[in-house]
Amino acid sequence: MDKKPSLLIVDDELIVRDSLSKWFREENYEVHAADSAASALALLAEHHCDIALVDIKMPGTDGIELQSRMKAVDPELIVIIMTGYASVETAVTALKNGAYDYVTKPFDPDDIAHTLKNALAHKSAERENVRLRETVAAVAKSQELVGQSAAMRHVLEAIETVGPTEATVLITGESGTGKELVARAVHAASPRRFNPFVVLHCGALSENLLESELFGHEKGAFTGAQYRKKGSFEVAEGGSVFLDEIGDISLKTQTDLLRVLQEHEITRVGSTHPLHVDFRCIAATNRNLEALIEEGKFRCDLYYRLNVFQIHLPPLRERREDIPLLADHFVHKFAASMNKPILRVSPEAMAQLVRCPWPGNVRELENAVERAMVVAHEPELRPEDFSLKLPGSEHAARTLEDAEREHILEVLEECRGNQTLAAEVLDIDRVTLHNKLKKYGWKKVTADSL
Amino acid sequence: MRRIQLMPLGEVPAQLLAHLCKQLPKELPAYYEILPVQPPPLYAFNADRQQYSSTEILARLAASITPTAWRVLGVSCLDLYIPILTFVFGEAQLDGRCAVVSANRLRQEVYGYPPDRQLLGDRLLKEAVHELGHTFGLTHCSEGTCVMASSHAVEWIDLKSSRFCASCRARTLDLAEQAI
Repeated sequence: MDKKPSLLIVDDELIVRDSLSKWFREENYEVHAADSAASALALLAEHHCDIALVDIKMPGTDGIELQSRMKAVDPELIVIIMTGYASVETAVTALKNGAYDYVTKPFDPDDIAHTLKNALAHKSAERENVRLRETVAAVAKSQELVGQSAAMRHVLEAIETVGPTEATVLITGESGTGKELVARAVHAASPRRFNPFVVLHCGALSENLLESELFGHEKGAFTGAQYRKKGSFEVAEGGSVFLDEIGDISLKTQTDLLRVLQEHEITRVGSTHPLHVDFRCIAATNRNLEALIEEGKFRCDLYYRLNVFQIHLPPLRERREDIPLLADHFVHKFAASMNKPILRVSPEAMAQLVRCPWPGNVRELENAVERAMVVAHEPELRPEDFSLKLPGSEHAARTLEDAEREHILEVLEECRGNQTLAAEVLDIDRVTLHNKLKKYGWKKVTADSL
Repeated sequence: MRRIQLMPLGEVPAQLLAHLCKQLPKELPAYYEILPVQPPPLYAFNADRQQYSSTEILARLAASITPTAWRVLGVSCLDLYIPILTFVFGEAQLDGRCAVVSANRLRQEVYGYPPDRQLLGDRLLKEAVHELGHTFGLTHCSEGTCVMASSHAVEWIDLKSSRFCASCRARTLDLAEQAI
């Protein structure tokens, strides 16, 4: 991944451009040269540059103005202003406008070499800092993968197995099961962990916006594209891209995505210049991709590209033994963030939490604990702190007769009104059923009665 | 036999030229020949800077190189420059046939120390190998002791050796063999 640093030299004097170009090529830079502000901006639109050496004095747009326009195109560009005469005013103006440094022509060879190396090292350290913060966040997040059930142990083993590889991972599971946490854990277990982890929620974006988010765009590529923007694959350079809700993307974007996964090349919207990108893809969905393939809504070749290694996250109802662990984990988490001295979930409340169906899975459990933490006053969370819908709780106040009536009518409906069949299912004779139906005022719906 | 010509540009101490002739073949095997001393390259003199343009010297060398010469290395004691830099120790045509080096700023007395002939000879040899390396298409090497390591001050020249690292040597030999 050791790419040559790329340098843009902007000077209206040919001899300066030539001698700097030659000198920096020998210094192992990829060099581009421009003789004016216009050609510099055109070059910048076509090529990525790490650093620009800009002459302050040029006909038309001067170096100070040009540096602002270049920064608008690529905010990450390092600009160093070259001046013929050192003056405090020019230096201050250049630095105020965002220049990294200024140098006076002619340069001492050792000084200019060090200025550029330092600028690149400084930028690289800044990026590294951001990456490390993200890595720490990712590692901390991945520690939220709590569970000792066989299903979760299987998931954790899968992460450990696939993490250090380059394999594309497809994470499946219902909404709220923690797919993003698993993706972060895969990234944190990989050699790419010190590089960015970029998350893109594909389902939340329109087709055009998603395209621009994935591949980036050039300035002016469409209305509102005021600046060049790097796409997720570029931003993730050397790291991982997490594409959530992959089942929701259009067939056109699927085609583009397939090409990126195959070629590891992207072309920004509005550009014709392909760029090599180094990333690992982790995708997730709560939808049945195989069913979508059958319906013609998902490309099977993309599915095979994504489904190199699959991790399935079980719903919470299938790993109820993890609920106490998760609940305790969330209690500690929120106790710290809310600064509330709540230590545990009471045994009665925990019994209810374990019984709950949790259709929203771990996310719903987390929200329930958070809500309970807000209202709770005790050192522990009690059943009344939660507003849980327990299975069967809506039937608690009914009489035996009500329950019998409801059950008989449900069975009869399942048997499509066939009383003989319903009596068999209920294990009572037909006459008893008939009498009960009469008692409950049930009338057979026939075509005549409609 | 491949022939590398050393062309003295203005006065150059004979022992420096002899040192180069003796040591250069160890790194770049070839037949070395010292050409007659040329007058100082006044065409490249910049009166404002009181220095000689290495780029203009290279252009003259390129125009006058004979077909029998594999490479030509201008050797000088004059202060060389390129427009954008305050000075250069030498310059070469990347992937070309001409190079020029100067002993001027390699002298200890420039930095306030007593003269040191041995050190001057070593530094000039390193610069000569370095610039000739550029003519073989080599760019600066990240290996600190390789002669192709970038060195913009004499301290850096003293830290590196006069030899190519394994990778640069392989590339030089490949290119040399292709040229035969």
